[in-house]
Amino acid sequence: MANERQGERRKDEATNTAFVGHEWDGIEELDTPMPRWWLWTFYITIIWSIAYVIAYPAWPLLEKGTEGVLGWTSRGQLAEAMSAAELARADVREQIAVTPLERLPEDSALLAQAVAGGRAAFLVNCVQCHGSGAAGSQELGYPNLNDDDWLWGGDIRAIEYTLTHGIRQQGDDQTRLSQMPAYAGAFTPQQTGALVDHVLSLSDLGPANAEGALLFEQNCALCHGANGQGDRNFGAPNLADAIWLRGSSRAAVTQQILNPRMGMMPKWEGRLDPVTIRMLAAYVHSLGGGEDFVEVAADPEVAVDEQP
Amino acid sequence: MNNPNRPAQPEKLYEARKTVHNKRIDGRFRRFKWLLMIVTLAIYYITPWLRWDRGPYAPDQAVLVDIANRRFYMFGIEIWPHEFYYVAGLLIMAGIGLFLVTSAVGRAWCGYACPQTVWTDLFQHVDRLVDGDRNARMRLEAAPWTWGKVVRRGVKWAIYLAIAFATGGAWILYFADAPTLFADFFALDAAPVAYATVAVLTLTTFTLGGFMREQVCIYMCPWPRIQSAMMDEKSLTVTYKDWRGEPRGSVKKAQKKPGEFGDCVDCLQCVAVCPTGIDIREGPQIGCITCALCIDACDKVMADIGRPRGLIDYATLEDCAAEAAGKTPKPVWKTLLHPRTLIYLGVWSAIGLGLLFALGTRSHTDLTVSPDRNPPFMLMSDGSIRNSYTLRLRNMESRPRQMEVALEGLPVGVFWTDTIGQGEAAARQTITVPADATLPVRAYVKAPRGAAAADIAFTLTSLDEQREQDRVETGFTAPGEQ
Repeated sequence: MANERQGERRKDEATNTAFVGHEWDGIEELDTPMPRWWLWTFYITIIWSIAYVIAYPAWPLLEKGTEGVLGWTSRGQLAEAMSAAELARADVREQIAVTPLERLPEDSALLAQAVAGGRAAFLVNCVQCHGSGAAGSQELGYPNLNDDDWLWGGDIRAIEYTLTHGIRQQGDDQTRLSQMPAYAGAFTPQQTGALVDHVLSLSDLGPANAEGALLFEQNCALCHGANGQGDRNFGAPNLADAIWLRGSSRAAVTQQILNPRMGMMPKWEGRLDPVTIRMLAAYVHSLGGGEDFVEVAADPEVAVDEQP
Repeated sequence: MNNPNRPAQPEKLYEARKTVHNKRIDGRFRRFKWLLMIVTLAIYYITPWLRWDRGPYAPDQAVLVDIANRRFYMFGIEIWPHEFYYVAGLLIMAGIGLFLVTSAVGRAWCGYACPQTVWTDLFQHVDRLVDGDRNARMRLEAAPWTWGKVVRRGVKWAIYLAIAFATGGAWILYFADAPTLFADFFALDAAPVAYATVAVLTLTTFTLGGFMREQVCIYMCPWPRIQSAMMDEKSLTVTYKDWRGEPRGSVKKAQKKPGEFGDCVDCLQCVAVCPTGIDIREGPQIGCITCALCIDACDKVMADIGRPRGLIDYATLEDCAAEAAGKTPKPVWKTLLHPRTLIYLGVWSAIGLGLLFALGTRSHTDLTVSPDRNPPFMLMSDGSIRNSYTLRLRNMESRPRQMEVALEGLPVGVFWTDTIGQGEAAARQTITVPADATLPVRAYVKAPRGAAAADIAFTLTSLDEQREQDRVETGFTAPGEQ
């Protein structure tokens, strides 16, 4: 074998091809050249790779990689795709922006678009508190948005207002604002018990209590109403219905009288654009408990329909 | 290593292709092939232009594969994606149909109806038209590349390309409204996929029909292999009757020594007319597509020299053996109706009848129900319980239909939808479903205070003379039982 390597390599008689020099049990490997087309394809891929490295981001360096002469970036590609999608939605957003919100339900196709857009925005911005099914949480006092009980109004304009300015949002002078005083120390335990009895009796959860009724009239009726039906102007909950934001047990009601907890919702104005807020309002309104809008007025605050 | 038996120059491992220049021939099988070519090409080119009135809500093209809207129209039949098993059934029928045909008359599909055969035949006629018959074409192929040859080749390939384009172009008409697409295509307004499809099919027709031809049948197509396994001595095939033809000798030789020679005069006409360039006298082979043109050629020669026809003929190998032994072969009907053929016929017809039955009795109405699971139920301010469901109402008729949705299993339960307000809540609602569509409906079911969980059902009834029905069972969830 050694002398073969120095001189002319030994060739296979039949094909006139040189041997590689490997042998296994008498079977030898021929040094058959690559097919021409294969070789050329290989050269072309080399040329292609050089061009690619010049044109596109390729080599990692210390700070960042080489950028490539075409200036392509994956973030740029994403931005392009996003702006294309934005452009595709521009028409619908424009329509939602110019249609008076209370007239949205009249255009069922546009409403469907708004509800779909609102659902997407809800899943990003609202599910953290209200849950992905918008069912809220009794433990934490996040309202259920599927039912027909609304603290601050359930027509589409009222929902939009709540979304825009929030509830008890500091720094927004138009926010929904109210406060229930804490009665800890104001009542004796016996009085508190009587009041709880009366509150529970409002929704037939217990027997009536005359002493409690008197205390209620003196302390609570101003906001919650004589029959405990609540007042949406102050976000005062309806105490006579079946829905209890923080539970209907004696302990929960007692705690809510003595040391009331009041929910806070951030305002979305400035964080979401007005069209997205409108779409969110349409979505929340569509969940099954939305109320019809009755009158239209110039001032949105006045326009809020507070019908029970 | 040095094997003394090894030839100095190894044989080539691949045989270079010899271009087939088949000679013109006329005869009954040739005429049958003409007829079939006209019929198959007419079916292919005319079908997309046929109209079929389906009313204002559906396209009026008789055969349309509407991929964009996921509908398949074939005359009076409309198939939705979930009914794709009809197409699977048709493909199975096509497969068994091929078995059936093969069992009865051998490779008739290959010889007469296969697109590769039809288009190759067409391209070979173009060859003949431009370059002349067999001898002229052989001379031209061997000739050097003069300007005359370049022009002839150019003209011929241009005609190939025109045919190929017409082939690819007609294909896309099955997938959209033909007149619209036709106009759009030439106005450059059609979808890119239309142009891409036409380009690919033009290219494949041009190469497969213009240049590869019989190589597709011999090397690429799996069907000849399958058929080789399916044919037996009872299958009809194009056969050279060697017991009658051998030994071969010219007419003169036979006159000199009568009785020593067979009927074959070795004129090679059977080879000259063959579109795949084989010699049928070597026996049944994979290259033979049984187009029977050699029968025409041989019959003509036999008539000229005054010998009986049928030296090459359609026959089963069994019949050939019988004839060779001097017995009368079986009548043709007996050959055609042997048990295997009848079994294939039975299976094929059973599947066909089954499909027709399923098609005739299928419902054009369907209901699906998916209850909301998040939240599973909703307590309302008056203490009543609400559950939400998404109903899907399917209307497969090409007209809008009124359908009644009824709630069962909840004695005092009522429901309403996004379009039917809560004020009109009832246990049954009438909903109009658009033509040829599935309508999603959000249904809100409400049961009074204190209601318990229950098994409920929605029923759907079409409010027309069909009164088609569907029923879906689901559950009503209430607090206290989780």
